[in-house]
Amino acid sequence: MPALTVENLSKTFPRSRPLFGKAAPGVRAVRPMSFTVEQGETLGIVGESGCGKSTLARMLVGLLPPSEGEIVIDGQAPGKGDPTEFGKLIQYVFQDPNSSLNPRKTIRQVMEAPLKHLHHLPADQRDARIREIFATVSLRESFLDRYPHEFSGGQAQRIGIARALAADPRIIVLDEPVSALDVSVQAQVLNLLAGLKARLGLTYLFISHDLAVVEAVSDRVMVLYFGSVVEIGRADSIFAHPRHPYTRLLANSAPVVGRPLTAPEQKGTELPDPLNPPPGCAFAGRCPKATEICRTDIPQLRDMGEDQRAACHHPND
Amino acid sequence: MTRFLKLLFRNRLAGIGAVVMGLILALVILTPVLPLQDPYATDLGARFKGALQDGHILGTDHLGRDQLSRLLWGTQLSLLVGLASAFAAALIGSTIGVIAGYFGGRTDNLIMRAVDMVMAFPYILLALAIVAALGPGLLNALIAVAAVNVPFFARNIRGIVVTLAGREFVDAARLAGMGHTRIILTEIVPNVLPVIVIAMSTTIGWMILETAGLSFLGLGSQPPQADLGSMLGEARAALITHPFTSVVPGVMIFLIVMSINLLGDGVRDALDPRLKSGALSRPLPVTTVGREGPIPAATDDLLAVQDLHTQFHAGSRIFRAVGGVDLAVRPGECLGIIGESGSGKSVTALSITRLVASPPGVITGGAVRFREADMIGASYEELRQIRGDKVAYIFQDPLSTLHPLYRIGDQLAEAIRVHHKVPKDELRKRAITLLKDVRIPNAESRVDNYPHEMSGGMRQRVGIAMALANEPDVIIADEPTTALDVTVQAQILALLNDLRREKGLAIVFITHDFGVVAQLCDRVAVMYAGRIVETGPTQAILDAPAHPYAKRLIACVPELGHGRRELAAIPGLPPAVDDLPPGCAFAPRCDKASASCCEGDVPLIGTPPRAVRCLYPEENV
Amino acid sequence: MGSYILKRLVSALPVLLGITVIVFLIMSLIPGDPATAILGSYATPDNVEKLNRDLGLDKPMVTRYFIWLGNMLTGDFGRSFSLNRPVIDEVLERFHATLILAGTSFVLCAVLGILAGTVSAARQYGAADKAITFVVLIGISIPSFFLGMMMILLFAVDLRWLPVSGMYAIYGGGDLPDLIWHLIMPATALAAVATGVVARLSRAAMLEVLRQDYIRTARAKGVPERRVIMGHALRAAMVSIIPVLGLQAGFVLSGAVYIEIVFQWPGIGRMLVDAILKRDLLLVQGGVVFVAACYVLFNIAVDVAQSLLDPRIKT
Repeated sequence: MPALTVENLSKTFPRSRPLFGKAAPGVRAVRPMSFTVEQGETLGIVGESGCGKSTLARMLVGLLPPSEGEIVIDGQAPGKGDPTEFGKLIQYVFQDPNSSLNPRKTIRQVMEAPLKHLHHLPADQRDARIREIFATVSLRESFLDRYPHEFSGGQAQRIGIARALAADPRIIVLDEPVSALDVSVQAQVLNLLAGLKARLGLTYLFISHDLAVVEAVSDRVMVLYFGSVVEIGRADSIFAHPRHPYTRLLANSAPVVGRPLTAPEQKGTELPDPLNPPPGCAFAGRCPKATEICRTDIPQLRDMGEDQRAACHHPND
Repeated sequence: MTRFLKLLFRNRLAGIGAVVMGLILALVILTPVLPLQDPYATDLGARFKGALQDGHILGTDHLGRDQLSRLLWGTQLSLLVGLASAFAAALIGSTIGVIAGYFGGRTDNLIMRAVDMVMAFPYILLALAIVAALGPGLLNALIAVAAVNVPFFARNIRGIVVTLAGREFVDAARLAGMGHTRIILTEIVPNVLPVIVIAMSTTIGWMILETAGLSFLGLGSQPPQADLGSMLGEARAALITHPFTSVVPGVMIFLIVMSINLLGDGVRDALDPRLKSGALSRPLPVTTVGREGPIPAATDDLLAVQDLHTQFHAGSRIFRAVGGVDLAVRPGECLGIIGESGSGKSVTALSITRLVASPPGVITGGAVRFREADMIGASYEELRQIRGDKVAYIFQDPLSTLHPLYRIGDQLAEAIRVHHKVPKDELRKRAITLLKDVRIPNAESRVDNYPHEMSGGMRQRVGIAMALANEPDVIIADEPTTALDVTVQAQILALLNDLRREKGLAIVFITHDFGVVAQLCDRVAVMYAGRIVETGPTQAILDAPAHPYAKRLIACVPELGHGRRELAAIPGLPPAVDDLPPGCAFAPRCDKASASCCEGDVPLIGTPPRAVRCLYPEENV
Repeated sequence: MGSYILKRLVSALPVLLGITVIVFLIMSLIPGDPATAILGSYATPDNVEKLNRDLGLDKPMVTRYFIWLGNMLTGDFGRSFSLNRPVIDEVLERFHATLILAGTSFVLCAVLGILAGTVSAARQYGAADKAITFVVLIGISIPSFFLGMMMILLFAVDLRWLPVSGMYAIYGGGDLPDLIWHLIMPATALAAVATGVVARLSRAAMLEVLRQDYIRTARAKGVPERRVIMGHALRAAMVSIIPVLGLQAGFVLSGAVYIEIVFQWPGIGRMLVDAILKRDLLLVQGGVVFVAACYVLFNIAVDVAQSLLDPRIKT
């Protein structure tokens, strides 16, 4: 049984109705998408701003009710957009570690909340459990009675991870967990996450804009563009052999030591207007291989070689 | 609490307000036990006595009643009514605001429409209408004043709550299984409480004025009972013949309201966290300079930073953001400054033309020389003529660095006009040419756009065009691609590279990204805790880093194409620059460190062009 | 731009309607019936009943509201019993006088307040800042009616520079210089508080703006500091100052009530207070609705000004 199955999940944000006439069609932040994540797997999700990765993440943890589609976690389908039902199955680690901690609560109060409200543990057991979790993420117990502003970004992110673990979930969604951290601290958190996964048998969804980080931590990678999955495949091959031109563009854009500086594309880099989406492939306007069919028909995800699927009319070889 | 009081009384005016308010409160509390005359006893034979006549310390009013006694009882009444209406308005208004702001959507829409409706009245009309309906009387005046102030609280608090409700810790609380009521009470309310207190402390004075006003009009307290407003109202009839009777209650209202306002300002300042960090000060046009020690001699470099020290003074703490940095750039050269957050790289860049926000920034030592002239000691006008004309900047976030209300063409034209006399139509042509230079399509129509009408990448191109406007000798680029997506970053970097070759620009490029440095810069300086720890040609440093920090930092950078792997990290954290250890700042995190690393200053040594600040370097340079 | 104004006007309709509902509801809270108030305590029950019928007071509340609303739309605000003339005539005449007073004060407070706030922010913690802060503090702490009374004592009674009260001299006045002569004191007293508030908010807005990145950009371009303050910073600060001006207009209108009483200015505020004390409710109702409606329209003008300044507002 897969850890997570997503079926035709989509999100459309309605636009406010004008005084006269019908409401304009909403903005589709996430177009219908389906994917599965196996037990113990790490699925990396990459994409640039406006690709819908945060909306997707918020739907997966129940913070945002989906417009359509199903989310099945560990064989259970929690109610739509009800974080308390989701909480025990799936947890979230936020991008900005400081803003995810209430400045007026001690770390102990923060840690107690999931134990109290999700697992209804009595006070004495809570204390033992918190100490156990803190030991797991190698945080000092003396931190428990301090306030969030006393911690550095890396420490705060560890606390965020500890809080997610307190709910004892099967899956953790990691939304850009290291992008607010300095590069010398990034790996501390990433290595901690890897260790936890092995020890606790967790499943991760790792969202990031940094391809190199995603490649280093993921089993499979899913590339999003303009609210759709454009490519999904094994982490060790997807950037080396991208099928979708957008994946290739991403891979070529990442600054790499030793590669001479050339702009990988000369055309505009604008995303399509979300209020007025193009009828065909959303990437057609930037794509060097685009033809007539790309501007009229939306390409569907199809198998392209072993463990790789891409949504493109003219995939790379 | 003691910290709050200490902060409060740091503001001397607030202290004065507290003392005056304390005195008034003490008088009011003691009023019932003081040996005062009956405030209602009339004596028509003793009307309008002056001060200190016949045992009336403050004289008598038009009915011969003792003014002092009436004043104290009236003050008590005014304070009670003002406070009661303030608390009522704050409680009701804040509740409405919290509910509307937290739930948002339709609830918010309905509530705020109603609030807007009430706010559509000039407030006194509503108060008058309420008093007209309920009839004159002190309680009704209280209700009216509270009612018209509810929307004020509702609106303010809602605004704060909307931001709070979108914060990630509220999401985290929901995921921790907390219900709405619990989230409102334990997550939201503790965070808006200071705002409510601030709003109250700044409006209590106002509400006391308002209730006094209604009484003044004869719509509040009814005779014989009198608050300060009605005392003033009754005395007004004899204003010209017996002004003293009017002055007494008027001055009292003034004293009360002023002391409350002073106190309120103090409370606001003490509770506002931004004020503590000095962030509410306005930055001066140039960074303050307080140089100690000798000024280094001139060199023949195009731009030279010499032993620069820049500090931030916040209260008693001193942050040594830049602690002695030397850099030099030659024409046409690209120098990279790389470091993590807090390493002082941006402060170094901003110090060059003294753009560091001041207060709290102070340049405490060294020199910055552009063509031998020292810019740290230059006058404002000398500096202004160099800024943007000879030395230009590109900043990080292209949305916040362009003025939102001016068309980009005008912003480009201004950059030229403040340095050179150019006719107007020529300015526009130049602006269009500049946009074309940075490869903006449809430059002729784009020139009339506002920044918000462009994408992030386009805005950063405008930022670059602005830096190029006067063909400067040096461009200082402070993390110009950090806020951009990776595909856009690639384009901007390629553009900068082309431009510098076309125009022979010298670039100082600040970044935290080794990949970017490797692709763009000829030389690189690695900064740690405010100092350069290693410098040299880019390729040489990347191939064989000499400083342990540089070596380990390079190892931390994940690179695409190496598959799944364990990433390297440096244990520990960078030191806080207000508490630097003696000797090498990296020593606590370094596995090669010995006792000698923590004693005394470690010099930057090596054979040019390379140098390293380490006693046990990885390579000999 | 035209379509934006139209849109704002259309969206003001529900607000205007809401105003009439609120006023109507408040007025129907009043205990006792107006007919008794009009006819006095000597009225016979027959007379009261007849007058109630004439005034339409025997009908259900909703019907009464729509009749009242319909009448107002045709310009009929009813008749004031205490003055024995149509409400609308009295309201228009009085509002004219208020407009002169409040309008002058509003312009004064806007100009002086923004100027003082800007200078204060540009010279933060300097002598000018401290002086302005001190004056502003006194301005917002002193009740305008008390300030007015003290001004009368000083300038009219002691120094005899300015007239004590009224809008025109009783004998031989009536021209513009006479009006200005009478306007100086009340307008200044009325503007004092509002100027203080505008100055404080302008100072805060300027300080906020001066810390923004685009001010640093302007300085990095070499824009002279005077232009940075008066051009870049003030323009951006106006975005948050203009809505405050809209609110302050309401405060000035409100303060006018006190000032009109102190200076015997024949404005609408004095009329309202008199009407309340005489329980002339049609006059109160009509006056409140009329002034509130004008205020709504004024705020639309403020919004339009805001949209002219800020291109980010969708027009």
